[in-house]
Amino acid sequence: MENSFLEEILNITLLSLRVSGSAVLIGALIGVPIGVILGLGQFRGKQSLICFIDIALRSFVNTFMGLPPVVVGLVVYLLLTASGPLGPLGLLYTPAAMIMTQLIMIVPIIIGVTMSAVGGVEKAIREKALSLGATDRQAAYVVLREARMGVLTAIIVAFGSAISEVGGIMITGGNIRWVTRTLTTAIVVEVELGNFELAISLGIILLTMAFAINLILTIMQSRGAKR
Amino acid sequence: MMTFHVETRNLCKEYSGKKVLTDVSFGVEKGEIFALIGPNGAGKTTLLRILDLLDEPSEGTVWFEGTQVDYSARDRQALRRRIGMVFQRTVLFNMSIFDNVAYSLKVRGESEKYVKQKVSVMLEHLQLRGFEYRNALALSGGEAQRVALAQALIIEPEILLLDEPTANLDPRNVSIIEEVLSRVNRERKTTMIMTTHNMFQAENLAQRVAVLNEGEIERIGTFQEVFEKPSKFLTDFARLENVFSGVSKVTTEGTSIIDVGDGLQVEAAFKKVGNVTFYVSPEDIILSTNRLFSSARNVFEGRIMQISDLGPLVRLKVRAGEDFILQITKRSFNEMQLNVDSKVFIAFKASSVQTI
Repeated sequence: MENSFLEEILNITLLSLRVSGSAVLIGALIGVPIGVILGLGQFRGKQSLICFIDIALRSFVNTFMGLPPVVVGLVVYLLLTASGPLGPLGLLYTPAAMIMTQLIMIVPIIIGVTMSAVGGVEKAIREKALSLGATDRQAAYVVLREARMGVLTAIIVAFGSAISEVGGIMITGGNIRWVTRTLTTAIVVEVELGNFELAISLGIILLTMAFAINLILTIMQSRGAKR
Repeated sequence: MMTFHVETRNLCKEYSGKKVLTDVSFGVEKGEIFALIGPNGAGKTTLLRILDLLDEPSEGTVWFEGTQVDYSARDRQALRRRIGMVFQRTVLFNMSIFDNVAYSLKVRGESEKYVKQKVSVMLEHLQLRGFEYRNALALSGGEAQRVALAQALIIEPEILLLDEPTANLDPRNVSIIEEVLSRVNRERKTTMIMTTHNMFQAENLAQRVAVLNEGEIERIGTFQEVFEKPSKFLTDFARLENVFSGVSKVTTEGTSIIDVGDGLQVEAAFKKVGNVTFYVSPEDIILSTNRLFSSARNVFEGRIMQISDLGPLVRLKVRAGEDFILQITKRSFNEMQLNVDSKVFIAFKASSVQTI
């Protein structure tokens, strides 16, 4: 009994990590390059059309940075439900559906924070690289390198919102024991059942985990700043 | 017709409707050090940015070795690889000094071994040995500027553009940088175009100078030529007053007598023959109502042309063959009961006569 209880808690914790970790990883692969391209936009010519598209894209990204998880959950649910367009894939109530939900939620965050980090690198850095003989691509890489701390911040922020999110994955994961139950969804259920001790324990695990991961990333950040 | 190493023809540059450069044409020969002098906002930086192909001129053309720059991406990049530029505001990458200096070689795909050896020689030249693994953002202004110079010099550029390379640096850093520049110019025949508002730097380093004022070249030539009969703008900019030119002859006592014309002969403590331009600073001139018998070698009679009140000081323009500007205290002015057209004597020592 005691054993299977610990086992279940371990299962819940690992699932939380797996879902949010995968979402952040995939999110970074998609979001960082887009953020870099949009961020580098400030260095380019100022033709009015490009300028307009640029502003529109930025505003779009900024709006989606504050996307309510429940709304994302609802949309993903409608996509994955049996009668929905992606219904045949049979992904509803699986960890894949949860990853998808968190991914949609955090990609704008990663794009937005990366974009402003890259955009915040001085124009002089790029010109310096070009002046020293860099190609456009090499110069863009230098700008990204200078913005690396900001990119890491984007990942930290994204992970923070993914691991603490509950509304979206509740809808698309369904909070099924041993399958799609995560720390946050479990807390909701235990509170509803009146199991406050368990809810509090899960909450402490969640906080500790978030703290540990942020600690590692912050150490990386402060080391990287000096390199 | 001879081809210049770098040449501009009728360059104009406008930034959002404001003219920054107007009809700038000049040529710099291979191996020459050419200085652009002028006050802030004269367009010096813009001109260097155009020469480094970071900006395109609104009108006019830039030529390297007789070939016109066509501003295609490939052309820009190929030319930039032959040009080194040191920016006015030092920008270094957030990496070690070694990586900063190695950068220009790495983007050219040089081998690791070559880069390593080259960087260490370069750091040695700029007295930066032992700095290799320090972060570039932790350097003092002078050290950072030396790193920036190393970044530009390591590619052995044919042309080196320097935007105020020693502005705001302490004398030690200035002399390290100036020494490196003149050595590189001597040994590699690197063509250098530098902006400065340090007149002495322009005189010491450059073979020719151009004076840029509000985006236009006002004068161009050797330092002597430019400062011979300097314009009002030039003397204002250099904060020089009482600037005169004349023909100098050495006397038997080892001083010089300079014939300025209009019967004015000035004795100077230096020994120079031929055309000279000199100035006497207003503070060094003594004013009296009678001819002074003193150690001052130069005493001239004149009349006060103009009086301006500067609070505790009074500034006078005295016509004594040429117009001299001098300053006295208000108290002296009152005690001497001076007025416009008063007859006065001015006196200054031979050692107060400074050549430019």
